[in-house]
Amino acid sequence: MSEVFGIFDATLVGSIPRFATPLLLAALGGLLCERAGVFNVGLEGLMLTGAFAAVAGSHFSGSPLAGVATAAVAAATMALVMAAFAIRWKGHVIVVGIAINLLASGLTVFLLRVLLDAKGAFRHPDLRGLGALHLPLVDRLPFLGPLISGHSWIVYLSLLLAFSTWGFLFRHAHGLRLRGVGEHPEAATALGVPVGRYQTLALVASGALCGLAGAQLSLGNVTLFVEGMSAGRGWIAVVAVLLGRAHPFGVLAACLVFGAGDAIGFRLQGLRIPSQFTGMLPYLVTLAVLVVLAARRRRR
Amino acid sequence: MKARARKRLRMNSVWAPLFAIFGALGIGAILLLITGHDPVAAYLALIEGALGGRGGANLISTLQRATPIIGMGLATAVALRAGFLNLGGEGQLVLGALAAALTVLELPFDGPILLPIGLLAGAAAGGLYAWIAFVLQSRFTVPLLISTLLLNYPARYLASYAVAHPWRDVASGMSQTARIPEAAQLPALATGSRLHLGSVLILLLVVVAAWALHRTRVGYEMRMTGLNTDFARYGGIEVQRLGGRVMLTSGALAGLVGAIEVLAVHHRFIDGALTQPLYAWSGLMTALLAGSAPLGVLAAGLLFSGIQTGGFGMERGAGVPRELSRVIQALAILLVAAASQMRLASATETEDQKEDGSNDR
Repeated sequence: MSEVFGIFDATLVGSIPRFATPLLLAALGGLLCERAGVFNVGLEGLMLTGAFAAVAGSHFSGSPLAGVATAAVAAATMALVMAAFAIRWKGHVIVVGIAINLLASGLTVFLLRVLLDAKGAFRHPDLRGLGALHLPLVDRLPFLGPLISGHSWIVYLSLLLAFSTWGFLFRHAHGLRLRGVGEHPEAATALGVPVGRYQTLALVASGALCGLAGAQLSLGNVTLFVEGMSAGRGWIAVVAVLLGRAHPFGVLAACLVFGAGDAIGFRLQGLRIPSQFTGMLPYLVTLAVLVVLAARRRRR
Repeated sequence: MKARARKRLRMNSVWAPLFAIFGALGIGAILLLITGHDPVAAYLALIEGALGGRGGANLISTLQRATPIIGMGLATAVALRAGFLNLGGEGQLVLGALAAALTVLELPFDGPILLPIGLLAGAAAGGLYAWIAFVLQSRFTVPLLISTLLLNYPARYLASYAVAHPWRDVASGMSQTARIPEAAQLPALATGSRLHLGSVLILLLVVVAAWALHRTRVGYEMRMTGLNTDFARYGGIEVQRLGGRVMLTSGALAGLVGAIEVLAVHHRFIDGALTQPLYAWSGLMTALLAGSAPLGVLAAGLLFSGIQTGGFGMERGAGVPRELSRVIQALAILLVAAASQMRLASATETEDQKEDGSNDR
């Protein structure tokens, strides 16, 4: 038992940001859609698209930065397809989201074989990942050092994006209109706000954010692509949007909790606990948090 | 102009899936051209791979693969018809398969009675697991599509653990259980045939479901709830109670499909044997394509199975990665979502619940 508590060390703390970041980026995308009145359940597929495109982009260009750009563009394009079917042609948004997830899972394995000539997974000695930024001075602090320093630049960007999302939604005219579109589309239309355009842009932005999330997964946390590597993280991001009440800071808090669940599961793998139990931890933590909060809300 | 274009896209339940399939094949052909393949050769190889082969061997493969797909499609459809979206088919399928294998292996007696016990154990495990997801929705306001989906992962890991450690077949050294006793095996339709009684059972269930939906009271309640939850509630249907039963049935069907695959095809539980072919997801897609009509699921299941087995032929014959099959299927769902008027009562309900949640801020 003591070795179980022994895992709560600097290594664990230091790994929380990189597990929380893909969740946070995808959840920020989900949040924008939610505020625009679009329930985006395609985050999983958009993230997977990003993870693949990041690896493909980095592989062909030799530059991880180009990989990240490819990821954002590819996932945003996928989101545009989603917008076309869900908003332009009025398909049921949940069915379209699920179809996008299935399409991403098929398309990534198809392109994995066509473009990278690999089956199931792609790793290559020349494939360049994002690398870590080591902040001077902070680096040497005990505990806080590994928490704050030594991550990919996407980790810092995601935090910045959480604050700018807040600024956009609550301090900017376009953010106000976006919320209006979600809260009362008829009123927004009456005021001359183009509802469909705002919803489409929210979806495309969520695509770009999910693309970054995928890039962090495949070029930040590891440097490879594995079939289906988003592994339900897009769905956990959907949960984070619900729990965070579609508020950037609430969502940030939820993602840190789920990221910690992910990190603990990953850390426990080193111990003698069967990997199957550590593997199911993130999903059980997510469900447990949902249940506990619902039970508390009911008691009040 | 815009309004007319939108109106024209609404098609009925026969034209919409047909439009979707041919549209998806069309987009697939464009994708083939872009990636430097010959679409005509590829699709001819696909048809040959689905229906041809020596002595119709590929057709048998298609029919064999169609059994779990149609079964999972039916499992999804019975819930979806009442407006409940069950995305947890994979977990229910796996736990049903594991429960069937372990029950027939662990029971201290032998004999043909093991067969029905194994099937029931599978249905019970799948049904219970789906019911847990439903309780998470009804008691703890977790949206059903999230509770069902997230529960897939623990089920997969649990089954994987069971055959990696306590029930591992040490002799083979693989992540699988020991072989189940002869008496518990579902017999083949003819000696040496790959088709088995399980296919007949699934076919029977499709017919029963189609009859029950249109000729029984609970079927009527399901259809009404699926069409309009508020109207159904106003008409005196206890929607939550119906939801519990519907999810139990849906999970039980998924568990039964798992049990059939174990008792008729693999004769043991093999880790990943039911998840890697993506049976649950193909089943979900057939239900969506067929608008949750049982007979439509039968047709869509045969079609998707053909596209999948045809994918192997396409890879052999035309050098096209067989993963294209998955792309074509997903595209068909995307197209059918836009072309038909699909309703999801439970899904909108969770959105309402969510709005309630955000309003009390």
